[in-house]
Amino acid sequence: MFYREAGQFKTTYRADQAVFPIRQDLIGIVILMAFLVVVVPLTFNDFWISSVMIPTLIFALAAIGLNILTGFAGQLSLGTGGFMGVGAFACYKLTTIFPEVNIIVHIALSGLFAAGVGFVFGLPSLRVKGFYLAVATLASQFFLEWSFGRIPWLYNYNASGAIEVPNKYLFGIPIAGPTASAEARYLVVLAFVVVLTFVASNLVRGRFGRAWMAVRDMDIAAELIGIRLLPTKLMAFTISSYFAGVAGALMVFMWLGAAEVASFDINVSFQILFMVIIGGLGSIMGAFLGAAFIWNLPILLRGVPKFFGLDINAATVEHIQFMVVGGMIIFFLIVEPSGFARLWQITKEKLRRWPFPY
Amino acid sequence: MVLWILLVLAAGAAVYYGIRFEGSLKQRDRHAMIALSAITVVILGVQLYRAELLGEIFIEPFAFMGEAPDLFVQVLWQGFVDGTLYALIALGFVLIFKASGVFNFAQGIMVVFGALSLVGLHAAGVPAWGALVLALVIMGVLAVGVERIVLRPLVNQEPIILFMATIGLWYFLIGFGELIFGGEPKVMITEQLGLPTGRWRFDILGGRVNVNQLDVAAAAIAVLLVTGLGIFFNKTRIGRALRAVADDHQAAMSVGISLNQIWRIVWFAAGIVALATGIMWGAKSDVSFALAIVALKALPVLILGGFTSIPGAIVGGLIIGIGEKMAEFYWGPLVGGSIESWFPYFLALIFLLFRPQGLFGDKIIDRI
Repeated sequence: MFYREAGQFKTTYRADQAVFPIRQDLIGIVILMAFLVVVVPLTFNDFWISSVMIPTLIFALAAIGLNILTGFAGQLSLGTGGFMGVGAFACYKLTTIFPEVNIIVHIALSGLFAAGVGFVFGLPSLRVKGFYLAVATLASQFFLEWSFGRIPWLYNYNASGAIEVPNKYLFGIPIAGPTASAEARYLVVLAFVVVLTFVASNLVRGRFGRAWMAVRDMDIAAELIGIRLLPTKLMAFTISSYFAGVAGALMVFMWLGAAEVASFDINVSFQILFMVIIGGLGSIMGAFLGAAFIWNLPILLRGVPKFFGLDINAATVEHIQFMVVGGMIIFFLIVEPSGFARLWQITKEKLRRWPFPY
Repeated sequence: MVLWILLVLAAGAAVYYGIRFEGSLKQRDRHAMIALSAITVVILGVQLYRAELLGEIFIEPFAFMGEAPDLFVQVLWQGFVDGTLYALIALGFVLIFKASGVFNFAQGIMVVFGALSLVGLHAAGVPAWGALVLALVIMGVLAVGVERIVLRPLVNQEPIILFMATIGLWYFLIGFGELIFGGEPKVMITEQLGLPTGRWRFDILGGRVNVNQLDVAAAAIAVLLVTGLGIFFNKTRIGRALRAVADDHQAAMSVGISLNQIWRIVWFAAGIVALATGIMWGAKSDVSFALAIVALKALPVLILGGFTSIPGAIVGGLIIGIGEKMAEFYWGPLVGGSIESWFPYFLALIFLLFRPQGLFGDKIIDRI
């Protein structure tokens, strides 16, 4: 009854092609943004902000990156963790080489390094497809992991081999490092995620996005209608890696505070791939839903025994958690292979007809 | 130095693309690419010359091989042994991929799970041979369970969905295995199973070469398994049905072959292979889930051999095993060591550029 576009007439192409052509969507997003910007920092406690909100947003960003590559361009990748690592280490090096430049600029730039690496590792994609390509991306994952541990220059030759975040300020407020408050870090992450999501959603419905989708659906047909495969696929790899790189930089500087090789291992790649698949391939919205689900499910599971007053030791809880996550993934794939994004669409359709379904 | 080597690879790849795909690229792209890579090559040449790296890469390792042939043989043997194990894991992948088109990422976990249940049962007081039989039963139950709970509801889905489901299975089995048998690394019951543990020493080539009897046993078992599977595939009724399913699902169904049954058999066969691999590998190191990451090296093996070829899995496994040991021993110190972790993938990657379908794989022909 309330959620329908009846009566909203577009008089210009511009209005017709807006990001949110339906007025209710626009109102919804404004309310959501107001909630995220004002209510969350003011009312949520530190645990919620730094263990739930910040990681969810960061992983959502990485998932958007992978979604561009896997969901839109159809190139399966298992190397996202490595690209995130490139972003993080690039950002760390930038802060040590140019300490006077603002951290925001560093984070935005560090994605470029990841993009460069992504470009190189995207080169095989012209020659190989599908699972063969997935194995090729594993090469990047393991190679990058190895370089983070073996090239001392990357972590400034310190003994621990880990990178640590120095204090960084924006307008005199600490936004990174040990003294930064959770709220400040959260707002910076939110700003990055909002801006990059906007960029991504416009990319995928524009010229690039359509080329990617054509390549995904059938590459030979795409080539026949004049899409150049190599630049298109490489563009997908580059842009996807940029997103992953920024997510990695944010992960270290705004969330973890310190990182080592193990922070970017293959499990991270899997996790993000899960987020993309469970959220829905080829959907920006799905990346957020998937990230929220995959990241928060273990937190929820940890809370369950406590809720029922059971005293189970931590190791057992962790094992059960693995089982449940694995089981849930299989369950969701069986119930809805198109992911949460599809469920969201169905809900919207239902809302349109409510309360008079036909 | 690593950066330079990376650049060499990139430049090589770029040159290759530029030259190979003159038809499929716009002239402008091609020229840009060749120019870019030419510049890289020149810079690299200067760098390499200055660093005297060329000698270190292309001459000294070979000189070292010639100087110490006994060491060379030892490295070769180590590579061969690891290669057999990679080949066995890859064999499990191939069995499943051939029959069901499922890219079973969980094969590595099945290896660990099989070994873990064997050790766990023995620790619970079951005699070794009883534990072996029970572990086989567990792999059978797993095969039936996977077919019934995971594969059947997902029939007709995209390959990527099935692939994700096997990663879900990977997580589930890790949790399940650790919950039942505990998470700490365990020692394989090598002696109780009657496997030899001694070592032979050969005084040849002016030095001494050590050969673990266990490794010889592993190789022998691998040969047995492959021969057995070969006979099974080619001579038995079920084997023929399996090949029919691998060839064409619908045609196989139309002549009365039950897909579900075939899948159960195939997953069980993969489970047996996994158990054998788990025993061998567990005897060499510990039984722990860290093995699963090592087991991922079966993927480059698959690329080399082709996803659907059993001989390919064997040959690919040996190439990867020997290649990685050689690279680690002779060229690893140049870049700081431990290149074993990524070298197989790079080998496979370079290989892919020339033969995307693998050594023995079927050539993929796309139709619109």
